[in-house]
Amino acid sequence: MTLSTDPWIWIAAILTLAIFSFLYRENPFYRFAEHLYVGIANGYAITFYWHRILVPSLFDRVGSSSTPLSTKIWLIAIAIIGALYFTRFIPRISWLVRIPIAIVLGYASGASIPRAVSGEIIRQMKATIITRASFANWQSGLWAVIILIGVIATISYFFFSTERRGLLKPLSYAGIIFIMIGFGASFGYTVMARISLFIGRLQFLLGDWLGFIK
Amino acid sequence: MKRRLPLLIVLITGIFGAVAFFVPYPAIRAADEIMRNDVQRIIAAFSLVLGVGSIVQHHMLKIQRRAQYYSYSYITIIALIITAIIGVFGGIDVTRPGILPTRFGSFSIHIQTLYSNMMVPLAATMFSLLAFFMASAAYRAFRARNLEATLLLLAAFIVMLGAVPFGRLIHHQLPAFAEWILAVPNTASKRGILFGVELGIFATSLKIILGIERGWLGGGK
Repeated sequence: MTLSTDPWIWIAAILTLAIFSFLYRENPFYRFAEHLYVGIANGYAITFYWHRILVPSLFDRVGSSSTPLSTKIWLIAIAIIGALYFTRFIPRISWLVRIPIAIVLGYASGASIPRAVSGEIIRQMKATIITRASFANWQSGLWAVIILIGVIATISYFFFSTERRGLLKPLSYAGIIFIMIGFGASFGYTVMARISLFIGRLQFLLGDWLGFIK
Repeated sequence: MKRRLPLLIVLITGIFGAVAFFVPYPAIRAADEIMRNDVQRIIAAFSLVLGVGSIVQHHMLKIQRRAQYYSYSYITIIALIITAIIGVFGGIDVTRPGILPTRFGSFSIHIQTLYSNMMVPLAATMFSLLAFFMASAAYRAFRARNLEATLLLLAAFIVMLGAVPFGRLIHHQLPAFAEWILAVPNTASKRGILFGVELGIFATSLKIILGIERGWLGGGK
């Protein structure tokens, strides 16, 4: 056992234990670590936006002599529109915050329409449709048929416009079966991801901090 | 004016965002690129003001009202200010130091050091805690009461066992079966759900652009 002499390893280990203490019950150590995390995460977000977006995309370009005047005016105008977010905290003119929100929301909504249709719906439909290439071997052909049935069954489960009678009844029931297997698989996958994080923290405590494992 | 102007902006930028995808003219393509790379990025960066402002306001109010556990709010605010000062003035790249010294002999308070030794351990431990709570929630929710619940339980177990070496010891084909569950029935159900999600995005986007959905305007006139 060789204890770490790095003060940062000690800080990380104490914070890790403080969070794990929540497994016993909510306590002052956990509350301290939780509030510290919120503060640091927000401080880091400010740093990230400042150095990765505002400095290279705005300040450097406005301050550069090689940037044309028209571009500089355009960038300053965008910055002024962005600064309207600050009006959220001035009740008399707080409605101005709607302008930058409208620009971001409007463009994002508009751009998402063709992306949703061509990038997702049509591409997923193409991947679902069975072609001759799907039957390159019997296995891939069978899996393609199961996927096609599963997609149709899942969609039919969410079809609430008519009463479930005739073919729709067994099809929507098959949809539930596929959905349950899908949810179970997603759940298992998520739990494994969390457990691997847990193992990582244990490796840090027992290895980097306490030196029990190399 | 206070509502019509934002609605008009949403209509114009929304139509532009949708149409620019289909128009091959270089001028429209260039304008779309400016919209994406300059306008969206810079305005979105300023939107952080809303998030950080709200969190500071929330904790200041807690301190003012001496609410329960208000003393912890000082920790959040102080940590936020110190991290932001170190990050903004100390530089984000270790190779390009800022105006604030972040190295004192062998001891560093650089933002990347704070990130690796405070933010990463806190975040990773916080998320690893969820493994315990998910397991206890699953115990209550997944009891095999009927066929559907049994299938959910089995799929979760097979995927979990297939991802660890112990699964191979039970049966050498178990990891391959777990892969098959993820690749075939899981893909089928996710694809079916994805169609609904994408149609929902399409409909909501259209409602926002046409001014039918106005929740984003918030309260007031």
